[in-house]
Amino acid sequence: MIACLSVSEVTHRYGETVALDEVSFDVGTGERFGLLGPNGGGKTTLFRLISTLMQPSSGSVSVFGEDVSKNPEATRRRLGVVFQHTALDDQLTVEENLKTHAALVGLSGAEASRSVARVLDTFGLSERAKDRVKTLSGGLARRTDLARGFLHHPELLLLDEPTTGLDPIARRELWDALDRIRRTNETTQIVATHMMDEAERCDRIGILDHGKLVVIGNPENLKAKLGTETLWLETTNPQALTEQLKKTLAVDSRIVGGSVLVEASQPEMLLPKIYEQLSGQIEAASIRKPTLDDVFVAATGRAFQESEVRGQGSA
Amino acid sequence: MIRTIRTLWYREVIKFIRDRSRVVGALLQPLGFWIVLGFGFGGTFQMPGAQNGDMPYLEYLFPGIVALILLFTAIFSTISVVEDRQKGFLQAALVAPTSRLAIVLGNVLGGATLAVVQAALFVILAPLVGLTPTLAGLAIILLASLLTAVGFTALGFTMAWWLDTTRGFHAIMNLVLMPMWFLSGAAFPIDGAPAILQLLMKLNPAFYCVELLRAGFYWPTGSAGSPDVVGIEILLTTLFATATLGIATWVVRRPLFG
Repeated sequence: MIACLSVSEVTHRYGETVALDEVSFDVGTGERFGLLGPNGGGKTTLFRLISTLMQPSSGSVSVFGEDVSKNPEATRRRLGVVFQHTALDDQLTVEENLKTHAALVGLSGAEASRSVARVLDTFGLSERAKDRVKTLSGGLARRTDLARGFLHHPELLLLDEPTTGLDPIARRELWDALDRIRRTNETTQIVATHMMDEAERCDRIGILDHGKLVVIGNPENLKAKLGTETLWLETTNPQALTEQLKKTLAVDSRIVGGSVLVEASQPEMLLPKIYEQLSGQIEAASIRKPTLDDVFVAATGRAFQESEVRGQGSA
Repeated sequence: MIRTIRTLWYREVIKFIRDRSRVVGALLQPLGFWIVLGFGFGGTFQMPGAQNGDMPYLEYLFPGIVALILLFTAIFSTISVVEDRQKGFLQAALVAPTSRLAIVLGNVLGGATLAVVQAALFVILAPLVGLTPTLAGLAIILLASLLTAVGFTALGFTMAWWLDTTRGFHAIMNLVLMPMWFLSGAAFPIDGAPAILQLLMKLNPAFYCVELLRAGFYWPTGSAGSPDVVGIEILLTTLFATATLGIATWVVRRPLFG
Protein backbone atom coordinates (compact mmCIF):
# COMPACT_ATOMS: atom_id res chain seq x y z
CA MET A 1 0.00 0.00 0.00
CA ILE A 2 1.42 3.41 -1.00
CA ALA A 3 1.35 5.98 1.79
CA CYS A 4 -1.17 8.63 0.80
CA LEU A 5 -0.40 10.68 3.88
CA SER A 6 2.75 10.51 5.93
CA VAL A 7 3.05 12.47 9.16
CA SER A 8 6.48 12.24 10.67
CA GLU A 9 7.56 13.55 14.05
CA VAL A 10 5.30 16.57 13.79
CA THR A 11 5.31 19.03 16.65
CA HIS A 12 3.34 22.24 16.55
CA ARG A 13 3.21 25.04 19.07
CA TYR A 14 0.96 28.10 19.30
CA GLY A 15 3.24 30.32 21.37
CA GLU A 16 3.83 28.30 24.54
CA THR A 17 0.98 25.86 23.98
CA VAL A 18 1.94 22.54 22.44
CA ALA A 19 -0.87 21.52 20.10
CA LEU A 20 0.87 18.51 18.54
CA ASP A 21 3.65 16.62 20.24
CA GLU A 22 5.88 14.32 18.14
CA VAL A 23 3.02 12.84 16.13
CA SER A 24 3.88 10.20 13.50
CA PHE A 25 1.62 7.97 11.41
CA ASP A 26 0.88 6.94 7.84
CA VAL A 27 -2.40 6.56 6.01
CA GLY A 28 -2.48 4.18 3.06
CA THR A 29 -4.07 4.91 -0.30
CA GLY A 30 -7.76 4.01 -0.31
CA GLU A 31 -7.92 3.79 3.46
CA ARG A 32 -10.54 5.48 5.63
CA PHE A 33 -8.79 6.85 8.69
CA GLY A 34 -10.64 8.29 11.67
CA LEU A 35 -9.13 10.93 13.94
CA LEU A 36 -10.69 10.87 17.35
CA GLY A 37 -10.13 12.97 20.37
CA PRO A 38 -11.54 15.72 22.51
CA ASN A 39 -11.61 19.33 21.36
CA GLY A 40 -8.17 20.74 21.96
CA GLY A 41 -6.61 17.32 21.35
CA GLY A 42 -4.91 18.49 18.17
CA LYS A 43 -7.26 17.36 15.37
CA THR A 44 -7.86 20.83 13.99
CA THR A 45 -4.16 21.63 14.07
CA LEU A 46 -3.32 18.44 12.20
CA PHE A 47 -5.98 19.21 9.58
CA ARG A 48 -4.58 22.70 9.05
CA LEU A 49 -1.12 21.24 8.51
CA ILE A 50 -2.33 18.64 6.00
CA SER A 51 -4.48 21.16 4.13
CA THR A 52 -1.50 23.53 3.49
CA LEU A 53 -2.94 26.33 5.66
CA MET A 54 -0.16 26.14 8.24
CA GLN A 55 3.40 24.89 8.63
CA PRO A 56 4.51 22.66 11.51
CA SER A 57 6.99 23.98 14.11
CA SER A 58 9.03 20.86 13.41
CA GLY A 59 8.67 17.55 11.60
CA SER A 60 7.07 17.05 8.22
CA VAL A 61 3.79 16.18 6.57
CA SER A 62 3.75 14.72 3.09
CA VAL A 63 0.94 13.81 0.74
CA PHE A 64 1.77 11.21 -1.91
CA GLY A 65 5.43 11.71 -1.14
CA GLU A 66 5.42 15.51 -1.61
CA ASP A 67 6.29 17.65 1.41
CA VAL A 68 3.25 19.82 2.12
CA SER A 69 5.27 22.82 3.37
CA LYS A 70 7.76 22.75 0.52
CA ASN A 71 5.32 22.10 -2.28
CA PRO A 72 1.80 23.09 -1.17
CA GLU A 73 0.67 23.43 -4.78
CA ALA A 74 1.19 19.70 -5.46
CA THR A 75 -0.84 18.79 -2.38
CA ARG A 76 -3.66 21.20 -3.23
CA ARG A 77 -4.19 19.53 -6.61
CA ARG A 78 -4.86 16.15 -5.00
CA LEU A 79 -6.68 17.32 -1.90
CA GLY A 80 -10.36 17.97 -1.15
CA VAL A 81 -11.31 19.47 2.21
CA VAL A 82 -14.69 19.68 3.92
CA PHE A 83 -14.43 22.06 6.86
CA GLN A 84 -16.51 22.23 10.02
CA HIS A 85 -18.38 25.18 8.53
CA THR A 86 -19.71 24.90 5.00
CA ALA A 87 -17.84 27.01 2.47
CA LEU A 88 -21.06 27.97 0.68
CA ASP A 89 -22.74 31.28 -0.11
CA ASP A 90 -26.34 31.42 1.12
CA GLN A 91 -27.36 33.89 -1.55
CA LEU A 92 -26.11 31.69 -4.37
CA THR A 93 -27.82 28.58 -5.71
CA VAL A 94 -26.39 25.10 -5.24
CA GLU A 95 -25.22 25.08 -8.84
CA GLU A 96 -23.68 28.57 -8.67
CA ASN A 97 -21.77 27.60 -5.55
CA LEU A 98 -20.42 24.49 -7.21
CA LYS A 99 -19.49 26.41 -10.37
CA THR A 100 -17.58 28.95 -8.29
CA HIS A 101 -15.52 26.24 -6.65
CA ALA A 102 -15.08 24.35 -9.91
CA ALA A 103 -13.35 27.47 -11.25
CA LEU A 104 -11.21 27.76 -8.11
CA VAL A 105 -9.93 24.21 -8.46
CA GLY A 106 -9.03 24.97 -12.05
CA LEU A 107 -11.72 23.21 -14.07
CA SER A 108 -12.41 24.83 -17.46
CA GLY A 109 -15.92 25.66 -18.72
CA ALA A 110 -16.89 22.30 -20.23
CA GLU A 111 -15.06 20.24 -17.60
CA ALA A 112 -16.65 22.33 -14.87
CA SER A 113 -20.18 21.77 -16.19
CA ARG A 114 -19.57 18.03 -16.46
CA SER A 115 -18.05 17.87 -13.02
CA VAL A 116 -20.88 19.88 -11.42
CA ALA A 117 -23.50 17.66 -13.09
CA ARG A 118 -21.65 14.58 -11.89
CA VAL A 119 -21.43 15.61 -8.22
CA LEU A 120 -25.04 16.83 -8.23
CA ASP A 121 -25.98 13.32 -9.31
CA THR A 122 -23.59 11.50 -6.98
CA PHE A 123 -24.80 13.38 -3.92
CA GLY A 124 -28.49 13.39 -4.84
CA LEU A 125 -28.70 17.15 -5.29
CA SER A 126 -29.90 17.44 -8.89
CA GLU A 127 -33.45 18.42 -7.94
CA ARG A 128 -32.23 21.27 -5.74
CA ALA A 129 -29.58 22.57 -8.14
CA LYS A 130 -31.43 25.84 -8.84
CA ASP A 131 -32.34 26.54 -5.21
CA ARG A 132 -30.44 29.05 -3.14
CA VAL A 133 -28.37 27.47 -0.38
CA LYS A 134 -30.23 29.45 2.31
CA THR A 135 -33.37 27.42 1.53
CA LEU A 136 -31.64 24.07 2.11
CA SER A 137 -31.82 21.99 5.30
CA GLY A 138 -28.64 21.54 7.31
CA GLY A 139 -28.18 18.03 5.94
CA LEU A 140 -28.54 19.11 2.32
CA ALA A 141 -26.18 22.04 2.81
CA ARG A 142 -23.60 19.63 4.24
CA ARG A 143 -24.02 17.31 1.29
CA THR A 144 -23.62 20.26 -1.07
CA ASP A 145 -20.43 21.16 0.74
CA LEU A 146 -19.22 17.58 0.41
CA ALA A 147 -20.01 17.76 -3.32
CA ARG A 148 -17.96 20.96 -3.42
CA GLY A 149 -14.97 19.25 -1.85
CA PHE A 150 -15.26 16.41 -4.33
CA LEU A 151 -15.56 18.44 -7.56
CA HIS A 152 -12.02 17.82 -8.78
CA HIS A 153 -11.96 14.13 -7.85
CA PRO A 154 -9.47 14.52 -5.03
CA GLU A 155 -7.45 11.44 -4.18
CA LEU A 156 -7.37 12.51 -0.55
CA LEU A 157 -10.50 13.86 1.12
CA LEU A 158 -10.24 15.52 4.53
CA LEU A 159 -13.47 15.77 6.51
CA ASP A 160 -13.48 17.82 9.71
CA GLU A 161 -16.45 16.66 11.79
CA PRO A 162 -18.69 16.53 8.74
CA THR A 163 -21.86 15.57 10.62
CA THR A 164 -21.78 18.17 13.41
CA GLY A 165 -25.27 19.49 14.03
CA LEU A 166 -27.04 17.01 11.77
CA ASP A 167 -30.00 14.87 12.77
CA PRO A 168 -29.58 11.06 12.64
CA ILE A 169 -31.19 10.69 9.20
CA ALA A 170 -29.04 13.41 7.65
CA ARG A 171 -25.99 11.87 9.28
CA ARG A 172 -26.75 8.48 7.78
CA GLU A 173 -27.30 10.01 4.34
CA LEU A 174 -23.97 11.81 4.52
CA TRP A 175 -22.17 8.62 5.49
CA ASP A 176 -23.93 6.73 2.71
CA ALA A 177 -22.59 9.34 0.30
CA LEU A 178 -19.08 8.89 1.72
CA ASP A 179 -19.37 5.12 1.31
CA ARG A 180 -20.53 5.59 -2.27
CA ILE A 181 -17.60 7.74 -3.38
CA ARG A 182 -15.26 5.41 -1.59
CA ARG A 183 -16.50 2.41 -3.56
CA THR A 184 -16.50 4.13 -6.93
CA ASN A 185 -13.47 6.41 -6.71
CA GLU A 186 -11.04 4.85 -4.26
CA THR A 187 -10.72 8.13 -2.44
CA THR A 188 -8.63 8.07 0.70
CA GLN A 189 -10.73 9.60 3.47
CA ILE A 190 -9.49 11.13 6.70
CA VAL A 191 -12.36 11.94 9.04
CA ALA A 192 -12.16 13.86 12.30
CA THR A 193 -15.06 12.96 14.54
CA HIS A 194 -16.27 12.73 18.12
CA MET A 195 -18.90 10.16 17.31
CA MET A 196 -17.91 6.63 18.29
CA ASP A 197 -20.32 5.06 15.81
CA GLU A 198 -18.66 7.07 13.03
CA ALA A 199 -15.25 5.93 14.19
CA GLU A 200 -16.49 2.35 13.86
CA ARG A 201 -16.91 2.94 10.12
CA CYS A 202 -13.18 3.60 9.70
CA ASP A 203 -10.52 1.09 8.68
CA ARG A 204 -8.24 2.50 11.31
CA ILE A 205 -8.52 5.17 13.94
CA GLY A 206 -6.00 7.30 15.76
CA ILE A 207 -6.76 8.96 19.10
CA LEU A 208 -5.23 12.38 19.67
CA ASP A 209 -5.14 13.53 23.26
CA HIS A 210 -3.24 16.57 24.53
CA GLY A 211 -1.40 16.68 21.21
CA LYS A 212 -0.15 13.10 21.42
CA LEU A 213 -1.24 10.21 19.26
CA VAL A 214 -2.03 7.80 22.09
CA VAL A 215 -3.58 4.94 20.13
CA ILE A 216 -3.67 3.86 16.51
CA GLY A 217 -5.21 0.78 14.94
CA ASN A 218 -8.23 -1.01 13.57
CA PRO A 219 -11.33 -0.39 15.75
CA GLU A 220 -12.11 -4.12 16.13
CA ASN A 221 -8.54 -5.00 17.06
CA LEU A 222 -8.31 -2.14 19.52
CA LYS A 223 -11.45 -3.31 21.27
CA ALA A 224 -10.28 -6.95 21.21
CA LYS A 225 -7.07 -5.93 22.96
CA LEU A 226 -9.15 -4.97 25.99
CA GLY A 227 -10.48 -8.53 26.17
CA THR A 228 -13.82 -9.85 25.10
CA GLU A 229 -15.55 -8.44 28.18
CA THR A 230 -14.80 -5.60 30.58
CA LEU A 231 -15.85 -5.31 34.20
CA TRP A 232 -17.04 -2.01 35.68
CA LEU A 233 -17.81 -1.33 39.34
CA GLU A 234 -19.78 1.63 40.73
CA THR A 235 -18.96 2.81 44.22
CA THR A 236 -19.06 5.85 46.46
CA ASN A 237 -15.34 5.68 47.15
CA PRO A 238 -13.42 4.53 44.06
CA GLN A 239 -10.02 5.17 45.60
CA ALA A 240 -10.69 2.88 48.56
CA LEU A 241 -12.15 0.18 46.31
CA THR A 242 -9.10 0.00 44.02
CA GLU A 243 -6.85 -0.31 47.05
CA GLN A 244 -9.05 -3.05 48.52
CA LEU A 245 -9.08 -4.96 45.23
CA LYS A 246 -5.29 -4.93 45.15
CA LYS A 247 -4.92 -5.89 48.77
CA THR A 248 -7.53 -8.61 49.16
CA LEU A 249 -7.67 -10.11 45.64
CA ALA A 250 -4.40 -8.94 44.03
CA VAL A 251 -6.44 -7.51 41.15
CA ASP A 252 -5.37 -4.37 39.27
CA SER A 253 -7.98 -1.71 38.61
CA ARG A 254 -8.25 1.93 37.54
CA ILE A 255 -10.56 4.83 38.29
CA VAL A 256 -12.21 6.13 35.16
CA GLY A 257 -14.75 8.90 35.27
CA GLY A 258 -15.85 7.99 38.82
CA SER A 259 -16.16 4.27 38.06
CA VAL A 260 -13.67 1.49 38.65
CA LEU A 261 -12.47 -0.50 35.65
CA VAL A 262 -11.14 -3.89 36.69
CA GLU A 263 -8.37 -5.52 34.68
CA ALA A 264 -9.46 -9.09 34.15
CA SER A 265 -9.22 -11.64 31.40
CA GLN A 266 -12.33 -13.48 32.63
CA PRO A 267 -14.48 -10.95 34.44
CA GLU A 268 -17.45 -13.32 34.80
CA MET A 269 -15.29 -15.59 37.00
CA LEU A 270 -13.87 -12.71 38.99
CA LEU A 271 -17.08 -10.87 39.78
CA PRO A 272 -18.48 -13.43 42.29
CA LYS A 273 -15.18 -13.40 44.18
CA ILE A 274 -15.21 -9.60 44.37
CA TYR A 275 -18.77 -9.70 45.67
CA GLU A 276 -17.87 -12.19 48.36
CA GLN A 277 -15.09 -9.98 49.71
CA LEU A 278 -16.22 -6.43 49.01
CA SER A 279 -19.98 -6.42 48.48
CA GLY A 280 -20.43 -3.67 51.07
CA GLN A 281 -18.51 -1.16 48.96
CA ILE A 282 -20.07 -1.92 45.61
CA GLU A 283 -23.29 -0.26 44.47
CA ALA A 284 -23.46 -1.74 40.99
CA ALA A 285 -21.40 -3.93 38.70
CA SER A 286 -21.56 -4.52 34.98
CA ILE A 287 -19.85 -6.75 32.48
CA ARG A 288 -20.01 -5.65 28.86
CA LYS A 289 -18.21 -5.89 25.55
CA PRO A 290 -15.55 -3.19 25.15
CA THR A 291 -16.52 -0.18 23.05
CA LEU A 292 -14.35 2.47 21.46
CA ASP A 293 -15.22 4.58 24.50
CA ASP A 294 -13.39 1.96 26.54
CA VAL A 295 -10.46 2.10 24.13
CA PHE A 296 -10.34 5.83 24.69
CA VAL A 297 -10.54 5.37 28.44
CA ALA A 298 -7.81 2.74 28.44
CA ALA A 299 -5.52 5.00 26.44
CA THR A 300 -6.11 8.28 28.26
CA GLY A 301 -7.38 7.30 31.71
CA ARG A 302 -10.42 9.51 31.23
CA ALA A 303 -13.90 8.98 29.88
CA PHE A 304 -14.45 10.53 26.46
CA GLN A 305 -17.50 12.61 27.44
CA GLU A 306 -15.66 13.94 30.49
CA SER A 307 -12.69 15.14 28.45
CA GLU A 308 -15.09 16.69 25.96
CA VAL A 309 -16.41 19.05 28.58
CA ARG A 310 -12.99 19.80 29.98
CA GLY A 311 -11.44 20.34 26.58
CA GLN A 312 -14.03 22.86 25.35
CA GLY A 313 -12.88 26.19 24.07
CA SER A 314 -9.41 25.73 22.67
CA ALA A 315 -9.00 24.52 19.13
CA MET B 1 -5.66 32.46 -13.10
CA ILE B 2 -8.09 34.46 -15.25
CA ARG B 3 -10.85 31.97 -14.40
CA THR B 4 -10.28 32.43 -10.67
CA ILE B 5 -10.26 36.22 -10.98
CA ARG B 6 -13.43 36.26 -13.07
CA THR B 7 -15.24 33.84 -10.77
CA LEU B 8 -14.38 35.67 -7.55
CA TRP B 9 -15.19 39.03 -9.18
CA TYR B 10 -18.58 37.74 -10.31
CA ARG B 11 -19.26 36.30 -6.85
CA GLU B 12 -18.65 39.67 -5.15
CA VAL B 13 -20.94 41.46 -7.58
CA ILE B 14 -23.77 38.91 -7.55
CA LYS B 15 -23.75 38.71 -3.75
CA PHE B 16 -24.11 42.50 -3.60
CA ILE B 17 -26.95 42.64 -6.10
CA ARG B 18 -28.88 39.90 -4.29
CA ASP B 19 -28.65 41.75 -0.99
CA ARG B 20 -31.33 44.40 -1.41
CA SER B 21 -30.57 46.32 1.78
CA ARG B 22 -26.95 46.78 0.71
CA VAL B 23 -28.05 48.17 -2.67
CA VAL B 24 -30.47 50.65 -1.13
CA GLY B 25 -28.02 51.75 1.56
CA ALA B 26 -25.19 52.18 -0.88
CA LEU B 27 -27.26 54.42 -3.15
CA LEU B 28 -28.98 56.59 -0.55
CA GLN B 29 -26.27 57.08 2.08
CA PRO B 30 -23.89 59.28 0.06
CA LEU B 31 -26.82 61.29 -1.25
CA GLY B 32 -27.90 61.99 2.33
CA PHE B 33 -24.35 62.88 3.32
CA TRP B 34 -23.99 65.31 0.45
CA ILE B 35 -27.32 67.05 1.07
CA VAL B 36 -26.89 67.35 4.84
CA LEU B 37 -23.24 68.46 4.77
CA GLY B 38 -23.71 70.59 1.69
CA PHE B 39 -26.70 72.56 2.95
CA GLY B 40 -25.47 72.52 6.53
CA PHE B 41 -22.11 74.15 5.81
CA GLY B 42 -23.26 75.93 2.67
CA GLY B 43 -24.21 79.14 4.45
CA THR B 44 -21.02 79.57 6.47
CA PHE B 45 -18.38 78.06 4.22
CA GLN B 46 -16.05 80.52 2.50
CA MET B 47 -13.48 79.23 0.02
CA PRO B 48 -9.96 80.53 0.65
CA GLY B 49 -8.30 82.47 -2.19
CA ALA B 50 -9.87 85.13 -4.37
CA GLN B 51 -10.50 83.09 -7.52
CA ASN B 52 -12.52 80.38 -5.73
CA GLY B 53 -14.32 82.83 -3.52
CA ASP B 54 -17.69 82.42 -5.11
CA MET B 55 -17.79 78.60 -5.38
CA PRO B 56 -20.88 77.22 -3.59
CA TYR B 57 -20.08 74.58 -1.00
CA LEU B 58 -22.42 72.01 -2.59
CA GLU B 59 -20.24 72.23 -5.68
CA TYR B 60 -16.98 72.07 -3.74
CA LEU B 61 -18.18 69.03 -1.83
CA PHE B 62 -19.37 67.14 -4.92
CA PRO B 63 -16.04 65.51 -5.92
CA GLY B 64 -15.46 64.87 -2.21
CA ILE B 65 -18.66 62.83 -2.02
CA VAL B 66 -17.54 60.84 -5.06
CA ALA B 67 -14.36 60.07 -3.09
CA LEU B 68 -16.46 59.23 -0.03
CA ILE B 69 -18.47 56.69 -2.05
CA LEU B 70 -15.29 55.17 -3.46
CA LEU B 71 -13.51 54.92 -0.11
CA PHE B 72 -16.44 53.56 1.88
CA THR B 73 -17.74 51.11 -0.70
CA ALA B 74 -14.25 49.85 -1.47
CA ILE B 75 -13.22 49.39 2.14
CA PHE B 76 -16.52 48.01 3.42
CA SER B 77 -16.81 45.52 0.56
CA THR B 78 -13.91 43.71 2.17
CA ILE B 79 -16.09 42.71 5.10
CA SER B 80 -16.68 39.69 2.87
CA VAL B 81 -13.15 38.57 3.79
CA VAL B 82 -14.16 38.36 7.45
CA GLU B 83 -17.44 36.60 6.60
CA ASP B 84 -15.67 34.19 4.25
CA ARG B 85 -13.21 33.29 6.98
CA GLN B 86 -16.04 32.63 9.45
CA LYS B 87 -17.95 30.52 6.95
CA GLY B 88 -15.02 28.52 5.58
CA PHE B 89 -15.08 29.89 2.05
CA LEU B 90 -11.72 31.55 2.54
CA GLN B 91 -10.15 28.31 3.74
CA ALA B 92 -11.65 26.45 0.78
CA ALA B 93 -10.29 29.06 -1.65
CA LEU B 94 -6.83 28.88 -0.09
CA VAL B 95 -6.78 25.08 -0.21
CA ALA B 96 -7.69 25.19 -3.90
CA PRO B 97 -4.83 24.81 -6.37
CA THR B 98 -5.02 28.38 -7.66
CA SER B 99 -2.76 31.42 -7.68
CA ARG B 100 -2.81 33.57 -4.54
CA LEU B 101 -2.53 36.71 -6.65
CA ALA B 102 -5.69 35.63 -8.49
CA ILE B 103 -7.56 35.26 -5.19
CA VAL B 104 -6.56 38.80 -4.21
CA LEU B 105 -7.31 40.28 -7.64
CA GLY B 106 -10.72 38.60 -7.91
CA ASN B 107 -11.81 39.89 -4.52
CA VAL B 108 -10.32 43.35 -4.96
CA LEU B 109 -11.65 43.89 -8.47
CA GLY B 110 -15.09 42.75 -7.31
CA GLY B 111 -15.17 45.30 -4.50
CA ALA B 112 -13.64 47.97 -6.71
CA THR B 113 -16.28 47.41 -9.38
CA LEU B 114 -19.07 47.98 -6.87
CA ALA B 115 -17.39 51.20 -5.74
CA VAL B 116 -16.85 52.55 -9.26
CA VAL B 117 -20.40 51.77 -10.40
CA GLN B 118 -21.87 53.55 -7.37
CA ALA B 119 -19.57 56.52 -7.84
CA ALA B 120 -20.57 56.68 -11.53
CA LEU B 121 -24.27 56.74 -10.59
CA PHE B 122 -23.56 59.71 -8.34
CA VAL B 123 -21.49 61.52 -10.97
CA ILE B 124 -24.62 61.60 -13.17
CA LEU B 125 -26.00 64.18 -10.70
CA ALA B 126 -23.09 66.58 -11.33
CA PRO B 127 -25.06 68.97 -13.60
CA LEU B 128 -27.32 69.71 -10.59
CA VAL B 129 -24.50 71.84 -9.14
CA GLY B 130 -23.47 73.21 -12.50
CA LEU B 131 -20.62 70.74 -13.06
CA THR B 132 -20.47 69.51 -16.66
CA PRO B 133 -17.20 67.64 -17.16
CA THR B 134 -15.77 67.26 -20.66
CA LEU B 135 -15.23 63.81 -22.20
CA ALA B 136 -11.53 63.96 -21.30
CA GLY B 137 -12.55 65.10 -17.85
CA LEU B 138 -14.87 62.11 -17.50
CA ALA B 139 -12.00 59.83 -18.55
CA ILE B 140 -9.86 61.32 -15.76
CA ILE B 141 -12.72 60.85 -13.26
CA LEU B 142 -13.09 57.21 -14.34
CA LEU B 143 -9.36 56.55 -14.09
CA ALA B 144 -9.17 58.26 -10.71
CA SER B 145 -12.17 56.23 -9.50
CA LEU B 146 -10.66 52.93 -10.65
CA LEU B 147 -7.28 53.58 -9.05
CA THR B 148 -8.84 54.83 -5.83
CA ALA B 149 -11.25 51.90 -5.64
CA VAL B 150 -8.55 49.29 -6.30
CA GLY B 151 -6.13 50.90 -3.84
CA PHE B 152 -8.63 51.14 -1.01
CA THR B 153 -10.20 47.72 -1.61
CA ALA B 154 -6.73 46.20 -1.45
CA LEU B 155 -5.99 48.19 1.72
CA GLY B 156 -9.27 47.01 3.26
CA PHE B 157 -8.52 43.46 2.17
CA THR B 158 -5.18 43.48 3.98
CA MET B 159 -6.70 44.91 7.15
CA ALA B 160 -9.69 42.55 7.03
CA TRP B 161 -7.29 39.60 6.72
CA TRP B 162 -6.27 40.02 10.35
CA LEU B 163 -9.76 40.52 11.77
CA ASP B 164 -11.92 37.69 13.08
CA THR B 165 -15.22 39.45 13.73
CA THR B 166 -17.42 41.80 11.74
CA ARG B 167 -17.73 43.96 14.84
CA GLY B 168 -13.97 44.43 15.01
CA PHE B 169 -13.99 45.11 11.29
CA HIS B 170 -16.41 48.03 11.66
CA ALA B 171 -14.46 49.50 14.54
CA ILE B 172 -11.08 49.35 12.81
CA MET B 173 -12.30 50.46 9.40
CA ASN B 174 -14.07 53.52 10.77
CA LEU B 175 -10.95 54.38 12.74
CA VAL B 176 -8.96 54.45 9.51
CA LEU B 177 -11.57 55.72 7.08
CA MET B 178 -12.93 58.79 8.81
CA PRO B 179 -9.60 60.61 9.26
CA MET B 180 -8.52 59.60 5.77
CA TRP B 181 -11.62 61.11 4.22
CA PHE B 182 -11.63 64.29 6.31
CA LEU B 183 -7.94 64.85 5.59
CA SER B 184 -8.30 64.24 1.86
CA GLY B 185 -9.44 67.71 0.88
CA ALA B 186 -12.88 66.28 0.24
CA ALA B 187 -14.67 68.37 2.87
CA PHE B 188 -12.38 71.42 3.13
CA PRO B 189 -9.55 72.73 0.95
CA ILE B 190 -5.94 72.31 1.99
CA ASP B 191 -5.09 76.00 1.50
CA GLY B 192 -6.98 77.25 4.52
CA ALA B 193 -5.82 74.49 6.88
CA PRO B 194 -3.13 74.86 9.59
CA ALA B 195 0.39 73.73 8.62
CA ILE B 196 0.25 70.48 10.59
CA LEU B 197 -3.01 69.45 8.91
CA GLN B 198 -1.56 70.39 5.53
CA LEU B 199 1.34 68.03 6.17
CA LEU B 200 -0.98 65.19 7.21
CA MET B 201 -3.11 65.79 4.14
CA LYS B 202 -0.10 65.62 1.85
CA LEU B 203 0.89 62.28 3.40
CA ASN B 204 -2.61 60.90 2.87
CA PRO B 205 -3.03 58.86 -0.32
CA ALA B 206 -6.73 59.76 -0.40
CA PHE B 207 -5.70 63.43 -0.86
CA TYR B 208 -4.27 62.69 -4.32
CA CYS B 209 -7.33 60.66 -5.24
CA VAL B 210 -9.58 63.63 -4.40
CA GLU B 211 -7.31 66.11 -6.19
CA LEU B 212 -7.37 63.93 -9.28
CA LEU B 213 -11.16 63.59 -9.17
CA ARG B 214 -11.51 67.34 -8.74
CA ALA B 215 -9.21 67.98 -11.68
CA GLY B 216 -11.42 65.70 -13.81
CA PHE B 217 -14.55 67.71 -13.07
CA TYR B 218 -12.94 70.97 -14.25
CA TRP B 219 -10.65 69.65 -17.00
CA PRO B 220 -9.12 71.28 -19.05
CA THR B 221 -9.85 74.62 -17.32
CA GLY B 222 -10.15 75.25 -13.63
CA SER B 223 -7.53 75.75 -10.97
CA ALA B 224 -7.54 72.16 -9.69
CA GLY B 225 -4.66 70.94 -11.78
CA SER B 226 -2.42 71.60 -14.74
CA PRO B 227 -1.47 68.62 -16.97
CA ASP B 228 1.81 68.25 -15.02
CA VAL B 229 0.07 68.11 -11.68
CA VAL B 230 -2.55 65.68 -13.02
CA GLY B 231 0.25 63.47 -14.33
CA ILE B 232 1.92 63.35 -10.92
CA GLU B 233 -1.40 62.63 -9.22
CA ILE B 234 -2.07 59.74 -11.64
CA LEU B 235 1.40 58.40 -10.90
CA LEU B 236 0.93 58.64 -7.13
CA THR B 237 -2.51 56.99 -7.11
CA THR B 238 -1.20 54.24 -9.41
CA LEU B 239 1.69 53.66 -7.02
CA PHE B 240 -0.72 53.52 -4.11
CA ALA B 241 -2.93 50.94 -5.85
CA THR B 242 0.06 48.83 -6.88
CA ALA B 243 1.60 48.93 -3.41
CA THR B 244 -1.61 47.94 -1.63
CA LEU B 245 -2.19 45.09 -4.11
CA GLY B 246 1.37 43.92 -3.52
CA ILE B 247 0.95 43.96 0.24
CA ALA B 248 -2.38 42.13 0.03
CA THR B 249 -0.83 39.39 -2.11
CA TRP B 250 2.12 39.06 0.25
CA VAL B 251 -0.27 38.68 3.18
CA VAL B 252 -2.31 35.99 1.42
CA ARG B 253 0.80 34.00 0.48
CA ARG B 254 1.69 33.51 4.11
CA PRO B 255 0.16 30.51 5.89
CA LEU B 256 -3.35 31.27 7.10
CA PHE B 257 -2.69 30.01 10.61
CA GLY B 258 0.43 30.42 12.73
